[in-house]
Amino acid sequence: MSEADCPECGAGVDLHDDVEVGEILDCGTCGAELEVLAAEPPELDTAPELEEDWGE
Amino acid sequence: MKIGILYSRIRQDEKLLLNELRDRDHEIEKIDVRKHQFGLDGTTADVDDLDIVVDRCLSTSRSLYATRFIDHYGVPVVNSPETADVCADKAKNSLALDAAGVPTPDTKLAFTVDSAMDAIESFGYPCVLKPVVGSWGRLMAKIDSESAAEAILEHKKVLGHYEHKVFYVQEFVDKPGRDIRVLATDGEPVAAMTRSSDHWLTNAAKGGDTAGFELDDTALDLVEKASDAVGGGLLGVDLMEVGGEESGEYTVHEINHTVEFKALNGCVDVDVPGTVVDWLETKANEATPEATQ
Repeated sequence: MSEADCPECGAGVDLHDDVEVGEILDCGTCGAELEVLAAEPPELDTAPELEEDWGE
Repeated sequence: MKIGILYSRIRQDEKLLLNELRDRDHEIEKIDVRKHQFGLDGTTADVDDLDIVVDRCLSTSRSLYATRFIDHYGVPVVNSPETADVCADKAKNSLALDAAGVPTPDTKLAFTVDSAMDAIESFGYPCVLKPVVGSWGRLMAKIDSESAAEAILEHKKVLGHYEHKVFYVQEFVDKPGRDIRVLATDGEPVAAMTRSSDHWLTNAAKGGDTAGFELDDTALDLVEKASDAVGGGLLGVDLMEVGGEESGEYTVHEINHTVEFKALNGCVDVDVPGTVVDWLETKANEATPEATQ
């Protein structure tokens, strides 16, 4: 388990050991959706907004 | 094998796949399509020595172009760009199913508000208006009246993208509060589930309740035909029961080419990611016989 700062509110966000680059996490403090930019060392950024052509 | 994964977001589905691939000691090249360029002679992504690439792009437009370019470089890619092209567009999807003799909801395409209104009136109320490209039940409209139709068409007319001026009008199928999602590899079902809701949209993405479902011979046949109709691959085939639950009569309303399976994996006893990776290994070996297991 590692920790990174939420880019929205600055609170600490826990990252599990199996976290993947490209995964989306929720900040437990402000609820922002965050994208994992790097796992080691952990780096987070605000996740992209939903776009019209997203889906399956 | 060495496998590339096209992605821009790692969902639980991709994580299930990645974990299964790593458990089997496959080499993985994660390709974030946002970070690369795709040229006529090659790409900045490291694809040259890949045995196979699997498209898991969340964005349909990126999926369509990235697979087309990967295919151009001679690297095996699933699903194929041809399959993606048909599945990504509901109109092409309907045409492919109809051409293959697979029952599918009656559909009309119109290009102006007036002709769309005529199409709606020809179906009567309720009927359904869908975007030709879209997923997760977004921008789907069940039209219950003439006044609702006029309002929805006016709204669509002023939406930005030209695709909103392609009006895809469909008969409303009175399904029994659920539809059926089948995950299939080249027409062979991996597992199936029902998606139930009090809402007319039963998509799992819309919060529909899921439960495992046993396919009968008719459904098995339709899944195989539907898969063949779009060129095969790893697909989510969606069926509705016509005439009530367990009527044994179905209509196929959609085939998805970057299918999500986390909900399915959570409600059936089948090892879904394991079965998908079995299939990927087979495809890699067919395309590149020297690909190591």
